[in-house]
Amino acid sequence: MKKLIPTEKMDIREILSDLENYRPKRRGWTWRKKVKNLKMGAFEFTDCSEPLKNSIGIPASRYFDNLDPQPAEVITTEIASGRFEDDIRRMRMAAWHGADHLMVIRTAGQSHFDGLIEGTPQGIGGVPITRKQVRAQRKACDLIEEEVGRPINYHSYVSGVAGPDVAVMFAEEGVNGAHQDPQYNVLYRNINMIRSFIDAAESKKIMGWAEMAQIDGAHNANATARDAWKVMPELMVQHGLNSIFSYKSGIKKENICLSTVPPTAAPAPSMKFDLPYAVALRDLFTEYKMRAQMNTKYITSSSREATVTHVMNMMISRLTSADIQSTITPDEGRNVPWHVYNIEACDTAKQTLVGLDGLLEMVEVRKDGYLPKMVRELKERAVLYLEEMMETGGYFEAVEKGFFVDSGNYPEKNGDGIGRKKDGGVGAGRVFTRDEDYMAPVTGHFGNNNIDQYGATNPADLIGGCTFEDPDKIVYIDELDDVDNVNVRMAENEEYRSTSKIKPEVEWLADGTVQIELFLPTSQRVAEFAAIEFAKKMNLTNPEVIHSEVMHISEGTRVQVKGKVEFDLDLNSLVIPPEPEVMSDDEIRELVEKYDMKIVAGTVGEDEHSVGLREVIDIKHGGVEKFGMEVEYLGTSVPCEKLIDAAVELNADVVLASTIISHDDVHYKNMKKLHELAIEKGIRDKIIICAGGTQVTPEIARKNGMDEGFSKNDRGVNVASFLVKRKKEMMAGK
Amino acid sequence: MKGYLKREDDFSTRRKHLHNLTDEELKNRFWELAEKLVDPMLDLAKTHTTPSIERSVLLRMGFSSIEAKPLVDGAIDRGLMGKGVGHLVYKISEEKNISIRQAGEEMIEGNHWDTLIEIFKGGKK
Repeated sequence: MKKLIPTEKMDIREILSDLENYRPKRRGWTWRKKVKNLKMGAFEFTDCSEPLKNSIGIPASRYFDNLDPQPAEVITTEIASGRFEDDIRRMRMAAWHGADHLMVIRTAGQSHFDGLIEGTPQGIGGVPITRKQVRAQRKACDLIEEEVGRPINYHSYVSGVAGPDVAVMFAEEGVNGAHQDPQYNVLYRNINMIRSFIDAAESKKIMGWAEMAQIDGAHNANATARDAWKVMPELMVQHGLNSIFSYKSGIKKENICLSTVPPTAAPAPSMKFDLPYAVALRDLFTEYKMRAQMNTKYITSSSREATVTHVMNMMISRLTSADIQSTITPDEGRNVPWHVYNIEACDTAKQTLVGLDGLLEMVEVRKDGYLPKMVRELKERAVLYLEEMMETGGYFEAVEKGFFVDSGNYPEKNGDGIGRKKDGGVGAGRVFTRDEDYMAPVTGHFGNNNIDQYGATNPADLIGGCTFEDPDKIVYIDELDDVDNVNVRMAENEEYRSTSKIKPEVEWLADGTVQIELFLPTSQRVAEFAAIEFAKKMNLTNPEVIHSEVMHISEGTRVQVKGKVEFDLDLNSLVIPPEPEVMSDDEIRELVEKYDMKIVAGTVGEDEHSVGLREVIDIKHGGVEKFGMEVEYLGTSVPCEKLIDAAVELNADVVLASTIISHDDVHYKNMKKLHELAIEKGIRDKIIICAGGTQVTPEIARKNGMDEGFSKNDRGVNVASFLVKRKKEMMAGK
Repeated sequence: MKGYLKREDDFSTRRKHLHNLTDEELKNRFWELAEKLVDPMLDLAKTHTTPSIERSVLLRMGFSSIEAKPLVDGAIDRGLMGKGVGHLVYKISEEKNISIRQAGEEMIEGNHWDTLIEIFKGGKK
């Protein structure tokens, strides 16, 4: 298989080719390798893991020589665009930003599909999880993990009425983790409860064989309950039941992960609930793993707010523990899965966890007072819950009586739980008693299996090994639908794959979607309707308000709108000037030391602007001073004559002129004047003269006698690089 | 409404018997109860099967999802689920001395079911 090249896009067609013969590299879940006292850059990290070979740090990493430490926790991103071929590209981006648990959400309704779905149909809110889709994504992950230098855990869902079918397919295809929790089927998918638990034992046994990590579904009770902070005792019960059921079905405890979610969020005093709950869970579930999910119950369409919740939730992870840190994209509350928000959430996790590195070496969670009192109370409430379930006659009876997702703080009950009937729901009555001579000649099968009657000790020996021993026995189905498949979709947007044309994109290649942000000085409702009209006049089609926030009930509203652009752009039509040469800080310092650069600077003409030049000069803003250059700043509205005179007097090497006002081309006229004055004074061949400003074009500046011109994107380092380079040339007589 | 129980928070009286337990004892009680609640469900799972479990067995025996379905339906129609559908395919492969795949393919076409009913004495409807 061809390795990925960082500077080249992944070839999706290459990934789709010869899938029939593709076999995953490995099976099983992989944890990050924590490094004790990891030294990176100028720092030592306490809670970090082995660095990546290829990655992109958070934006501020550019101030730290691109330092990109990786927290010890596995970081999850959830990917759910509906088109797996586009999700593959998002997986690569997420992996570069530090995600190593790629969770693929499945399409709406798949849990009621009685069997495997095949081919590559498009999904809603996720992708139909099929063998072809899973194999293609695992193949892509195998390539991506080599590129970034860390194993990637690929994950989806084993639930619904085809749980065991899906579990087998996942085990065969090298899927590394899955959600599996029969309580989720029962409570939220109304799948018959007896069927759900019987299927779950088989699914879990298979997952255990494949050494997959399992995540439970308890967090859904939090997302569903009326007052989410009151379901804490129930959450602990749900975690407990699924964990022990999983262990007894064949999954090792170290691969059983609780989907823990901080139950509440601000404006509630959330830490008062979330921290005791987190501590109580970790007290009770010492042998199990924690997958720290973020609160989604109280998520809104504000991506800022979602990010703050995420950060607060990770504070809990650092104060207690987490093995997997989940990231919900901050646009989850808008139901638009943008590539960029997947990445943003991964960055938020990395930024927060690294920023809180070593926290427990400095602070500790108190062992007296409010916290332990609450922890004890939560545990007792959970035990009381289990006791009453026993008295009621067991799990099934408790569900029938509406025990679960009741909004009361147990033992308080509000009578509003989700009740299900033992003989009701999808798949009811499709449960069959195994006879004495029941037999299944395969590996990873749960329960009674009479292989003695055929004298075997290992069931799969009876058929010469099943697909788990001999993958060549797997039957691969490519496509079943001529219209709804990846080949048709890729043909439709082929020009954006294989030509120089591009279009903006949010979730699918060339979907044309963009977001605009407006502030409108009016009330919320009026602003939302007005924003749509502005979007239409900007030629956006299907504009839709995705978020609005009141700044004041009459003074104004912030509105975010999404819409589509109908045109594309040919990259060949772009004129892009060559990238300016920038030297490393050390290189510049070395040359400054050698040549001893003295600069005279000021804003020329009748021009009072000072900010731009100060940023280029001041050490505080990363200006040329930081490299050891000596600067004589003459201020604003400096006549050209004064600047040149000062240069002569101080025997300067450089004149830096800032010129912002551009009316009647006065900026270029001033450049010409500086150049001519320097000739007059006989210093032009000994001095470097540069000009900069927001309206300065380097080419035109040079035409007007400057050694170089700098525009609004240039910073101190760009100016310094040029100056030392030019000085070196001049010393060499050029 | 649904008629489920409504109750005020009686935690302070209800917890009396837990009050004197150490944290360790409380933890053990939690796990003991959890285990007691899941054990009967694990027993059910050991002694029962479902169409999806049988399909998953057939997948592991080298049949596709499309082939697994009619085989399971065939077993349900003839009251042979209690034997295990993989078992039925295995039995035909042994009886007729043909491969597992051939046995399954022929069963999908409607063959061999009478033989199976004879062998397993009709199973249970």
